[in-house]
Amino acid sequence: MRDQISPDRSRLLVIGNGMAGMRTVEEVLKRDPTRYRVTVIGAEPHVNYNRILLSPVLAGEKTFDEIIINTRAWYEANSIDLIAGDAAISIDPAQKQVSTASGRVVSYDMLLLATGSNPFILPVPGKELPGVCAFRDLSDVEMMLSAAQRYTDAVVIGGGLLGLEAANGLAAQGMKVSVIHLMETLMERQLDPAAAKLLAEDLTQRGIDIITGAVTEALIGADRVQAVRLKDGRQIPADLVVMAAGIRPNMTLAQAAGLACNRGVIVNDGLQTSDPSIYAVGECTEHNGQMVGLVAPIWDQAKVCADHLTGKTTSAYRQIQPATRLKVTGIDMLSVGQFNGGEGCEDIILRDGSRGVYKRLVLKDDILVGAVLYGDAKDGGWYVDLLEKAAPLGDLRDTVIFGPGLTASGAADSGLADLPDTAEICGCNGVCKGTIMAAIADKGLTTLKEVKTNTKAAASCGSCSSKVEGLLALALGGDYEAKAVDSVCGCTDHSHEFVRAAIRDKALKTIPQVMQTLGWRTPGGCASCRPALNFYLLCAWPGEYQDDSRSRFINERAHANIQKDGTFSVIPRMWGGVTTSGELRAIADVVDKYEIPSVKVTGGQRIDLLGVKKEDLVAVWADLNAAGMVSGHAYGKALRTVKTCVGSEWCRFGTQDSTGMGIKLERMTWGSWHPHKVKLAVSGCPRNCAEATIKDFGVIAVDSGWELLIGGNGGIVLRGCDFLVKVTTEAEVLEYCAAFLQMYREEARYLERTAPWVERVGLASIKSRLLDDTENRQALAARFAYAQSFAQIDPWAERVGGLDANEFKPMLVEA
Amino acid sequence: MALWLDIGPAADVPSQGARKLHIAGRQIAVFRTAEGKFFALEDRCPHKQGPLSDGIVHGDCVTCPLHGWVINLASGTAQGADEGQVLKLAVALEGERLKLDIAALSAAAAE
Ligand code: SRM
Ligand SMILES: Cc1cc2nc3c(=O)[nH]c(=O)nc-3n(C[C@H](O)[C@H](O)[C@H](O)COP(=O)(O)OP(=O)(O)OC[C@H]3O[C@@H](n4cnc5c(N)ncnc54)[C@H](O)[C@@H]3O)c2cc1C
Ligand code: SF4
Ligand code: FES
Repeated sequence: MRDQISPDRSRLLVIGNGMAGMRTVEEVLKRDPTRYRVTVIGAEPHVNYNRILLSPVLAGEKTFDEIIINTRAWYEANSIDLIAGDAAISIDPAQKQVSTASGRVVSYDMLLLATGSNPFILPVPGKELPGVCAFRDLSDVEMMLSAAQRYTDAVVIGGGLLGLEAANGLAAQGMKVSVIHLMETLMERQLDPAAAKLLAEDLTQRGIDIITGAVTEALIGADRVQAVRLKDGRQIPADLVVMAAGIRPNMTLAQAAGLACNRGVIVNDGLQTSDPSIYAVGECTEHNGQMVGLVAPIWDQAKVCADHLTGKTTSAYRQIQPATRLKVTGIDMLSVGQFNGGEGCEDIILRDGSRGVYKRLVLKDDILVGAVLYGDAKDGGWYVDLLEKAAPLGDLRDTVIFGPGLTASGAADSGLADLPDTAEICGCNGVCKGTIMAAIADKGLTTLKEVKTNTKAAASCGSCSSKVEGLLALALGGDYEAKAVDSVCGCTDHSHEFVRAAIRDKALKTIPQVMQTLGWRTPGGCASCRPALNFYLLCAWPGEYQDDSRSRFINERAHANIQKDGTFSVIPRMWGGVTTSGELRAIADVVDKYEIPSVKVTGGQRIDLLGVKKEDLVAVWADLNAAGMVSGHAYGKALRTVKTCVGSEWCRFGTQDSTGMGIKLERMTWGSWHPHKVKLAVSGCPRNCAEATIKDFGVIAVDSGWELLIGGNGGIVLRGCDFLVKVTTEAEVLEYCAAFLQMYREEARYLERTAPWVERVGLASIKSRLLDDTENRQALAARFAYAQSFAQIDPWAERVGGLDANEFKPMLVEA
Repeated sequence: MALWLDIGPAADVPSQGARKLHIAGRQIAVFRTAEGKFFALEDRCPHKQGPLSDGIVHGDCVTCPLHGWVINLASGTAQGADEGQVLKLAVALEGERLKLDIAALSAAAAE
């Protein structure tokens, strides 16, 4: 394309390689790709990325690569000169030149200012200490992530959108986080007090400390920040302080160049500054006294600005009321417009305390002018549409609070139906209605997930999910509703429960038979449904079903964990975490013999040999088998470890032989396959050194017997166990364990751990069937024992004996 | 020009499965679908070099074991919204044996 641009083209120079600047460039290229030679000066040393998604990067939900908007190749393909990592330091409007920090001087015909804003740093003592940062760009996120690895306490100053997203991210990274907020309620610019209270409760539940009405006085520390001192004298420990107390338009360059500025760089309806050759977009601007702080209005600015830059000077920028959503996974909220009411306004409010749902709609003269949704914001898009239409609600008024589902037919999607194909649905990824509708039609998409993978719509922050679902409903009509059940995967509309029942009732015994009988849409299923079906069949027909290794994830097929470099790790079973010199010697020998690069003690009380070549696996196992060791199933949706403590045999507090109990449990349960992994632990007293209270099945010894606990896990969402029952004999411990595990095997959905399963079916139901119904408990335990009679064969020994030999050796090795 | 290499009996590649080959310092994966079609790709996922031969084969696709990208075996292209291309080689069934055209390998190496 470069060749088509003659050197005497007009030069468009952009200062700021951020969201507003680059979106405007994209819009200019769309309108007239050859009009300008574009040069971009960006202070950050990167190509442009989606700043909104720094929050998921911080929370560990996305990588930096995933949030890049335009790669270097894109800049090259569009002949854009990117000067990255060099800030502009002055503009000379008379000479039409810009100078940069490194001494470059770049001339322009048209200049676009897109310098965004600067985080507001509270002017308190200690603000320069190491360990204090803002939350604005990638370097801030990098600093926070590295602090999270080394330190424990974080304080976020500011309880607005940015501050809370920072707090959530840091908590997800394992830090103990406190949020200090000046006002009495969180996000007071987007939430009314009622919704803010629910939000504070939800965040507190996640372990985030919320301190409102608090004035920060100083940051304390010598070489690094150590604490935050509040005006009331309280000191909050902090190894990291994130300032998220607001932003200020970055207009230093514009002011120095003599452009008209107030709180931001003043622009007219065409995004032109007081110098006709200089335009400005994004957070650095002020339009009719209004600033912008969200991307939706910025996309509008980009379009209008591009119109003007390419000669269409009739278009005018109009402010919209953008909706705010908090991007904290699991918290569903939306706020738009005059959510707090005011003169002449009326409220319609819905509260559902037990579901944690709160909705408030604000009407003025029968027109929707604001909304706050908390706990259930799936209809947010619909309300935003209503608000933008600004039409009197009329009859809709009676049911509007319940969302489009209850309103007159057609009303639900009329907003979407009316949108032109060019209307943007997903702001994060710039996907418009036409693209989504075409993908639904051409590729036969039927679920939100499919639309996400195929078009990237709703694949970033997800706030447009409801619109995408609306489009699906529009395209598929009545068919869509039927598909709303939690289907196993995109290959079928049936739920897990339906499929399991059919396997049982119709005596389906192979994967192809299930797919055939239940009308699978794809010929061979996919990587989601095949492992699920394999497990369901195995569980339903023990001893009879022929396991399909091709429907197992590589780890379960190769009986070792695949690593990022394609090698494997090997974890032999160590019954109850107990080992011997003989086992250790054999492990040491294997490590030497096969030059295994890494040996690690795992969190599950055993030893992990990492970096084993696939070709060596069978030989490694042969040597371990020879020393009496078997597979630890560390790779399986299977019984993993049974952790124990030393118990009464050695410990001065031990009340029972917890080690022995753990070994008995492991001997009974090893080799069993489950919907997800299963971990057990036995502690010898309530001090609970084996962490039995966060296991799928935990046992705590007390003087008078054993307390049995269920449904706990560490992991992504921490859940402490529920107390099941106290028993007195070892035989009872074993029976309850077997019965509980069998119930889980028979009922849970594939990839659902015991913790979410217990929450879904309810503790009461599980208790009544295990405790009150002795016969049922014994029958479950018997079914477990029966299944185990086929399952307890060491998979390593089988492979050492020659099973699946092809899996482990390459087909042809060329000399 | 094609450069056919005998890589062994077709029966050695399991249905809905794959086998690895090491050729000239490169890793190749030979796949067999449920319908009995054979395909060969370089054993390197375009995402982060995951071993595709260790993935689950379904329809004419394989799901990478590391992060779940789905690669079409016939074209070597990533499916859905992911973008990427895997080097594809031709395989032919001659009687009971499989032949692999490794010309693409030398061409790719020469690049
Ligand atoms: C090796 C080990 C870490 C270590 O070096 O200590 C480990 C390593 C892995 N864990 Fe773990 N987990 C290990 C103990 C744990 C523990 C601690 C424990 O068991 O007491 C936990 C928290 C307790 C729990 O499970 O409730 C734990 C919670 C997870 C989770 C989160 C599960 C959840 O329900 O949220 C995952 C992700 C998953 O399974 O989907 C995971 C997944 C993984 C995977 C399998 C990731 C993967 O898919 O590749 C890692 C495999 C590494 C490998 O190839 O060896 N690992 N993992 C530990 C093996 C124990 C063992 O001897 O078998
Ligand atoms: C963590 C986070 C989460 C957010 N979440 C949301 C959300 O969920 N929804 C939403 O709508 N908005 C959200 N926002 C706000 C949104 O990101 C901003 O409104 C948007 O990025 C503003 O675009 P901009 O181009 O004006 O500024 P920026 O994207 O900040 O771009 C400005 C660029 O100019 C560069 N620059 C500044 N001065 C110079 C100079 N002198 N020389 C060269 N380069 C310079 C800066 O380095 C920067 O790269 C979020 C912001 C953050 C920080
Ligand atoms: S071992 Fe567990 S905690 Fe560590 S990186 Fe892997 S999955 Fe994460
Ligand atoms: S390496 Fe294949 S999906 Fe990541």
